[in-house]
Amino acid sequence: MGTRDCGHESAMSKPSAGEAGHTGDWRTQRPVVDDARCAAAKTEGAACFRCWLYCPEAVIPREAPITIDLDYCKGCGICAEECPTDAITMESEASADDGGTEED
Amino acid sequence: METKLLELPEKEYLLPGNRTCAGCGLSIAFRYILKALDGEAIFVVPASCLTVLGGMYPVSSVAAPWLNVSFPSTAASANGVVAGLKALGKTGTTVVAFAGDGGTVDIGIQALSGAAERNVDMLYICYDNEAYMNTGTQRSSATPLGAKTATTPVLGKQQHAKDMIGIMEAHNVGYIATATSSFPADLYDKIRKAKARTGMRYIHITTPCSPGWVFPARDTVKMGRIAVDNAMIVLLEIEDGALRLTGRSRRMAQRGEPKPIEGYVRAQQRFKGIGPEHLDVVQQWVTDRWHSYVKRDTALGG
Repeated sequence: MGTRDCGHESAMSKPSAGEAGHTGDWRTQRPVVDDARCAAAKTEGAACFRCWLYCPEAVIPREAPITIDLDYCKGCGICAEECPTDAITMESEASADDGGTEED
Repeated sequence: METKLLELPEKEYLLPGNRTCAGCGLSIAFRYILKALDGEAIFVVPASCLTVLGGMYPVSSVAAPWLNVSFPSTAASANGVVAGLKALGKTGTTVVAFAGDGGTVDIGIQALSGAAERNVDMLYICYDNEAYMNTGTQRSSATPLGAKTATTPVLGKQQHAKDMIGIMEAHNVGYIATATSSFPADLYDKIRKAKARTGMRYIHITTPCSPGWVFPARDTVKMGRIAVDNAMIVLLEIEDGALRLTGRSRRMAQRGEPKPIEGYVRAQQRFKGIGPEHLDVVQQWVTDRWHSYVKRDTALGG
């Protein structure tokens, strides 16, 4: 229970990212962006941003070059599916560069 | 005038790391609802996937005021919030009653009907994933004919989806619209338009559901787009009785006929094993509804 500005006790939640923890742990595949093919990167942010538009998690800011917050990205693959220039590919977490697996 | 992709606001009110499934259509829709309302809203939410998205005390995944209420009371509770704001003399805040298809077309319909009849100053949003997804895909009266669910496991559902737009029209609601998470700018414009009006407003948003409709999570946006292309979803708005098709549905009506629903049905495992007798019935229903909408849009020369 918290106390509100008016002095009353209240069971009010506070907004925060990561309500369900680091949901990046759910991923079996991670999105990898190829800036050489990305329309947003090539136009310095003047075009495209379909990945930002459709990301259900809001983990892709509308900034070029594209970055994805892998702490929270659940790996749905919508960004890769919707990318008009195929600049995003989904790669298995098991074969990721750091040698990590989803159990790590 | 349709808002363009890069004109949509950048600010996010939906915070990452919430409890929705990967590839959730509701999450996409909710991002743009929050952007369109610009934080100036109070959400009233019954049991639903949206409650799960909102999160558990003491943390919320949404940077906007939010009340969790009982399943059948959404519109009645929102009416209370409207009355409270009025008593305090507060204006400029939109009260949004926001429920799933089960919470709207089944359990919440009497409170919604009452609020619509009283023309309460609220925006009622139904996000329609076409079954009770939060509890494991039980059929609702919004589930389409032929779809298999946990409670219609063998033959699929035997009835058509309830015509919620027709029901709200019968209540003389001033602004009624449909939308889908696959066309965020169209959805954004409709929420902005609804926000600018007073009285009862109703928006029905179809949100494709990967676990419930049984398709890969990456195809959520594609599924909504296919649904619009074959008129399973018709994007429209009804302002004071005048119906107007919008976005991709409008462009489709100007070009010709929708595609057959077969591609849509085959892309989802929930329709697996659907026989031609059911497929033809659903196709006829979809085609008839499409023509009745096109005919009513006077600007299309119907």
